[in-house]
Amino acid sequence: MALLEVNNLEVSFGLRSGGVKALRDINFKLDRGERIGVVGESGAGKSVLGFSILNLISNPGSITGGEILFEGKNLSKLSAGELRSVRGNRISMIFQDPMMTLNPVLTVGEQMIECLMAHRKIRKEDARNIALQKLKQVYIPSPETRLDQYPHELSGGMRQRIVIAIGLLMDPDIIIADEPTTALDVTIQAEIMELMLELCERNNVALILITHDLGVVSQVTQRTIVMYAGRIIEQGPTKEIINDAQHPYTQGLMNALPQMAVPGARLNQIRGAMPPLQRIPTGCAFNPRCDYVTETCKHNLPGFTESGSCLVACHMVAEMKREAAQAASLAQEVQS
Amino acid sequence: MSDQTQILETAPDAPSRWHEFKNSHLFHSFTVDRVAQISFGIFILYILLALFAPLLAPFDPYDIAQIDIMNSEIPPSWEAEGEADFWLGTDAQGRDMWSTILYGTRVSLMIGLCAVALQATLGICIGLCAGYFGGRVDSILMRFADVQLSFSTMMVAIVVLAVFQAAFGTELYQQLAMFMLIMVIGIAEWPQYARTIRASVLAEKKKEYIDAARVIGLRSPRIMFRHILPNTLSPILVISTVQVANAIISEASLSFLGLGMPVSEPSLGSLIAGGFEYIFSGSWWITVIPGAVLISLVLVMNLLGDWLRDVLNPKLYKG
Repeated sequence: MALLEVNNLEVSFGLRSGGVKALRDINFKLDRGERIGVVGESGAGKSVLGFSILNLISNPGSITGGEILFEGKNLSKLSAGELRSVRGNRISMIFQDPMMTLNPVLTVGEQMIECLMAHRKIRKEDARNIALQKLKQVYIPSPETRLDQYPHELSGGMRQRIVIAIGLLMDPDIIIADEPTTALDVTIQAEIMELMLELCERNNVALILITHDLGVVSQVTQRTIVMYAGRIIEQGPTKEIINDAQHPYTQGLMNALPQMAVPGARLNQIRGAMPPLQRIPTGCAFNPRCDYVTETCKHNLPGFTESGSCLVACHMVAEMKREAAQAASLAQEVQS
Repeated sequence: MSDQTQILETAPDAPSRWHEFKNSHLFHSFTVDRVAQISFGIFILYILLALFAPLLAPFDPYDIAQIDIMNSEIPPSWEAEGEADFWLGTDAQGRDMWSTILYGTRVSLMIGLCAVALQATLGICIGLCAGYFGGRVDSILMRFADVQLSFSTMMVAIVVLAVFQAAFGTELYQQLAMFMLIMVIGIAEWPQYARTIRASVLAEKKKEYIDAARVIGLRSPRIMFRHILPNTLSPILVISTVQVANAIISEASLSFLGLGMPVSEPSLGSLIAGGFEYIFSGSWWITVIPGAVLISLVLVMNLLGDWLRDVLNPKLYKG
């Protein structure tokens, strides 16, 4: 049994202009110790996905369909008390901006001890020792002093390390990291990602890494989920997706990397912008921006096609494959 | 690098709380603001006078045996007919004004502080709930606050106290006067707190550290009181100073109307009220001196509140 299984998840936000579905038909599995990357443009629903796993969608949003099975328990159906025992304890979350995720009026130690005391019946001194040990795990120099400092006394990288240490406090099974390096500068980014990779491998923690940095995804994760307009459009092993993207959108994302452009030439981009969730086009949501668009794409929602070890939601994949196969066989014929 | 880490390591141990306080913006702006210093000095003086009234007062105004009606309406000692024993004169009952004012300040401050403590407790709880839970809870609680605000404090207090006095008799009322005043002033003014806190909570609630606290799996009351409340303390502090002054004024007004502290246990307000009848017969000191004390007390508290508001507002930071 997979550690976490998300089936047909649907999340809606009630607005004055009617409901908007922020997530639709989300299906994926996460095994123990597996690292999975979630990529997509801003507004694709990546963060909502992260929050919905912990059932933390606040009003006016709610989970309106599907199930999130964590060790067989449906998280979207648990009572508030049961949920609390999962949150922070079995599944923890790391946010984007370490400047904002630590409470400015409490010391680092108070925040860490509070988390431990909320889940375990232990004495304050023991909690402090565990906190110290976790700070050491994330390579914070002189952790004893840090415990008594306030967040504003620490640098951004240091704070993100502390946030990670808080995430690790209860030895969770899953860490959801919502763009953990976006607010940091590049050198610190690399350090933090390396640290997360190391910690996940050492403690056999599963990681859901939400990011729009494909470089980070390729280094850290084993599998990748590509999202567009609230849907998963492609998922599969990271290597395959990076090396041989099937969906035109993923191809576009890969092409948009600065490394892919000829030096001196304009950078590649996907034309247009993601449609607002209220006005998602019929058929494939990507069709107005797609280079391979056909009539079918405009009317029918594509299902998933298996392509190698990847799942791709595109009508054209089969055709593109057939063309590729034809080209290959043609080439063979020519050779023979 | 090694030097730097050394400094970092030793720095937190070296400065004590006192040092930290001395280096703070609060202390610095206090040292340059003459008005704040004087106000604070006078305020502390009043607090001390009130606290040590039994030691400082030459007479005990609550002790009927010490009161001699023959001593009534003696003017202050600097006037021609004044007596050295009563340097601020005596009132119509023959009580020493100085002692009575000391005890009266004690009563006034006590009522002011307790009423504000009650207001703050009610207002903070209700404001936190309204802001944090939002939706229907928020609407209901805030409509309560609106209704409460639409009655003036004085009106509520007068109605409640008059009804109480009529229903249970003056005897019982006089015994419970202080308690009743605290309750009435405390309950009538909670919306001030609730509204301010709600507004701050709405701003704090959106911040990521609250999400982080929920992700950790903390209970709502814990998030409300430990994570949100400390972040909304500065507006609470500012309204508290002003509210104490307001509560003292309310109490004085009620006493002046005969609904406050009884004559046997006078507050500043009932002293003013008691002396008012004699002002035209020339005994001005019975009203004017407690009046001056009351005005200066309220004034310094308002000045302190203004100063605090400016200091705690980061947008007005002047360095």
